[in-house]
Amino acid sequence: MNVLLDHLPEFREGFIGTILLTLASGLLAMLLGVIIAGFRVSPVPPLRYFGTAWVTLFRNTPLTLLFLVAWFVVPVIFMPGLSPWTKALLALGCYTSAFVCEAVRSGINTVPLGQAEAARSLGMSFFQTLRLIVLPQATRTVLPPLSSIFIALTKNSAIAGAFSATELFGVQKLLSDQGFAIAWIFLWVALGYLIITFTISGMFRLLERRMGVAR
Amino acid sequence: MSSSVLYDTPGPKARVRNRVYTVVGSAAVLALIVFAVYRLNVKGQLEPEVWNIFNNAGVRADIRDGLLSTLKVFAIAGLLSLVLGLLLAVARLSDHKPVSLAATWFIELFRAIPLLITIYALWVVFLSYRDSLGPIGDNTAFWALVIGLSVYNGCVQAEVLRAGINAVPRGQVEAAYALGLRKSQVMTMLLLPQAVRSMLPTVISQLVVTLKDTSLGYIILYPELLFEAREMANNIIVNGENPITPVVIVVGAIYVTLCLALASLASWIERRGSRTKTGIAVAATTGPEPSDMIPAQPAGEGPAVEAAGVKKSDLP
Repeated sequence: MNVLLDHLPEFREGFIGTILLTLASGLLAMLLGVIIAGFRVSPVPPLRYFGTAWVTLFRNTPLTLLFLVAWFVVPVIFMPGLSPWTKALLALGCYTSAFVCEAVRSGINTVPLGQAEAARSLGMSFFQTLRLIVLPQATRTVLPPLSSIFIALTKNSAIAGAFSATELFGVQKLLSDQGFAIAWIFLWVALGYLIITFTISGMFRLLERRMGVAR
Repeated sequence: MSSSVLYDTPGPKARVRNRVYTVVGSAAVLALIVFAVYRLNVKGQLEPEVWNIFNNAGVRADIRDGLLSTLKVFAIAGLLSLVLGLLLAVARLSDHKPVSLAATWFIELFRAIPLLITIYALWVVFLSYRDSLGPIGDNTAFWALVIGLSVYNGCVQAEVLRAGINAVPRGQVEAAYALGLRKSQVMTMLLLPQAVRSMLPTVISQLVVTLKDTSLGYIILYPELLFEAREMANNIIVNGENPITPVVIVVGAIYVTLCLALASLASWIERRGSRTKTGIAVAATTGPEPSDMIPAQPAGEGPAVEAAGVKKSDLP
C-alpha cells in the first residue's frame, strides 16, 4: 500500500506516459491501418501486394523484434537521433496497423454486395457510395475488433517500458530495482492497466450503442 | 478482382484509369524498395563481409541454439496453456458458484495484465526466492517465461474453448441428459470434443501468439532466439560496427516463417472443417490475433451449459 502513496509521482508519470503512448500509437495505427486497408481492397495490383506484404510481415513478427528494429536498425539506416518515445511509437503503431487493416478490410467485406450495387444503380458516385452506404455499415462491424485491438495495444505498450520509455511498466522496473514488495507493485500496476482497458472497452461499448442499427 | 463491394466491373475508362494507377503504384512501391536498398548500401549493410558472418559455424550454432530454446519454451508453454485453458474453461462453466467465480476472476485478472509484467514479476519473485525453489531456481528466466506464457495464454484459450462450448447446440446437451449421461460425461464426451474441434483454428492462431510472445524472454535475459541474436551481434565487429541489421533481418525471417507455417496449418484445418458437415461451424481463422482477441462470444453466462442442470421450465 505504502508503495503507491510514497511513489505517487512516479506512478502518475508512468500512468500518463502509458495513456499518451497508447493514444499516439493508436492514432498512428488507425491512420496507417486505414490507408493499408485501402491499398488491400484497391483495384491496383502493386498496391494490393504492398498491403498484403505489410500485413503479413507485421502480423507475424514478434513485437519485441520490432522494438529491436526501431532501436537499432531504423536509427542506423533511416533516421538517426529519434527519441525512445518516437521509436516506441513507430514500433507499436506499425505493429498494430496490420491488425487495424485486417479489421477494416473484413468490415468492408461484410457489407452485402447488393447494398453497393443498389447505391450505384441510384446513380451515386464512388465516394457517395463509400461515404453514405459502405462506410457507415462497415464501421459498425469494425468497432468490436477495434476495441480488442486497442486493449491489446495498451498492454503491448508495456514492452516500451522495458525499452526505456517512460511508462507504467517502467515504474515497476524502477521500483522493484529499489527492492519494494513485488506483489504490491504488481497489483498497483495491474490496476493502472485495468483502468485504461476498462475505459477503452467502455468507450467502444458506448460507440457501439450509438451506431448500433440492426442490419 | 473487383469482387469487392467497392467497385463495379470496370468499363473502358476505368480500365485505362486503373492501368495508370497500376503504373504509378508500381513506381511508388519500387521507389520505396530502391530507397531502402540504397540506404542499406550507403550504410554499408550490403557489403559481402557483413553477410559473410552467416557462413561462420559459430554464428550458425548461436542462431540454432536460440531457435531451439525458443522452440523449447514454445512447446512447453503451448502444451501447458492448452491444459490450463481446458481446466479453466470447465471450471468457469462449473455449476458450483465458488469454482466458476474463482476461474472467472483468474481469467479476467491475468488477461488484463500485460504478459510482460506477469513474466517480469514472476522472474523477480523467482530470483529472490531462488534457493528455496528447487529445480525452478536453477533456471529462473526459463520458468518465469514458461509459466507467464502458460498462464496468460491459458486464460485466452479458456475463453476460446468456452465460446466453442457455448456454440454447441443446446438440444445435444438435453439429449445427452435424456439418455442418462452424467454431468462429467456430458462435458467430456459431448461438449469438449466438439468445442475443441470447432475452435481448433482459433486455438492454433492463439498458439501463434504464444510463439511470438516467447520473444519477451529477451527482456528477462532468457537466451531465446532474439536474445542470442543480439548477444551474437554485439560480439561481432564487421567493418568497424556490430552487424545488428543483417542479424535482425535473418532472425525476423525465421520468426515470420515459423508463424506463417503455424498460421497456414490453422487455415488448412479451417478449410477442411468447413467441408465436413457437423452441427457447429468451425471458427474462421483471421491469422494471429493481437495478443488477446477472442472470437465473437455469445453474450451472457453461457446458455449451453446452464442446461447442465436442465430446468423444467426450459422444456416444452
